[in-house]
Amino acid sequence: MSFAIFSIYLLSLASAFLLGNTAAAGAAVLEGAADALRFAMELAGALCLWSAVTELLESGGAADALARFLRVPLRALFPRGFCDQDTRAALTENLSANLLGLGNAATPAGIRAAKGLSRLAAEKELHLLVVVNTASIQLLPTTAASVRASLGSAAPFDITGAVWVSSALSLLAGIAAIRLLDGGKA
Amino acid sequence: MRTIGELLVPLLVLAAALCAAARGADVYEVMAAGAKKGLLTLWGMLPSLLVIFPAIRLMRASGLPELLSGLLRPVFTLLGVPEETGLLMLLRPLSGSAALAAAAELMRIHGPDSLIGRTAAVMLGSSETSFYVVAVYFAAAKVRNSRRVLPAALFADLVCFLSSAWICRLLWG
Repeated sequence: MSFAIFSIYLLSLASAFLLGNTAAAGAAVLEGAADALRFAMELAGALCLWSAVTELLESGGAADALARFLRVPLRALFPRGFCDQDTRAALTENLSANLLGLGNAATPAGIRAAKGLSRLAAEKELHLLVVVNTASIQLLPTTAASVRASLGSAAPFDITGAVWVSSALSLLAGIAAIRLLDGGKA
Repeated sequence: MRTIGELLVPLLVLAAALCAAARGADVYEVMAAGAKKGLLTLWGMLPSLLVIFPAIRLMRASGLPELLSGLLRPVFTLLGVPEETGLLMLLRPLSGSAALAAAAELMRIHGPDSLIGRTAAVMLGSSETSFYVVAVYFAAAKVRNSRRVLPAALFADLVCFLSSAWICRLLWG
């Protein structure tokens, strides 16, 4: 990340010189800092509301309900992990937390699942688990919608359908790619 | 159907509250605890936002995007992706808060309901911070072979960006 920020600064300074935008560029850095705080404040309301709703869903047993739906895809994708009780529980918890958008809960469960899979020496399933976690399977795009809401969108959630299609295609592409690179099934 | 769409947010809150109440949870306390978690998440992101926002603002003001988009326009036009989303696509796999800042900037400039604003939102909502996820899992599970996982994850990101752009153009173009 440091490299990316360095590059942005150097390239920007160079093009500000070349294009004669030095005055605007000089003012922009401090404006950006003030803007970061303003943006965070405007985002806070919507983000916290969705966080509260997710907490409600969690205490309402949404994770257990999702776990039932996840049995079939889990058995298909992680046949060896599915046979081991602890690994199966960790996989289920990881995927249902991801579906609910609980990043903080998904990662510890995912790491337990990853350790389980490497104990079972199921290397291909371990690779698949990481690839699935690099794709977004969140059911409601709450962060993107919160940003839209904070900027005055008429219907912040009207992107949900597009997000589902795009997430699904990306997930399928990731699964296909790792299957191909790892050579066939399981 | 339209009324349901307009009342989506309060209806979702109510449905979630009923779910929790049916399990005997104290709805108010649970929501307050959830809101606190949201604040903590934002608090955790704020330092990186404070570093990244000035950099992105500097870049916009310097005229670099115009310079680059002239060069990149043929490629992006060919792929059917708005060239303005270039920086967002570059930052998305590297850092969640940087991508959030880049997407928010696009939505602010072009409007959250514009084609570019929606494309940025869909790209942001349908992808993850791939490099970070791979690093965390490989450190935790002591996997050595990331040579296959990272390309697969980045390929999935590419498919995500292309399909986001295409779907948005189809629906709102």
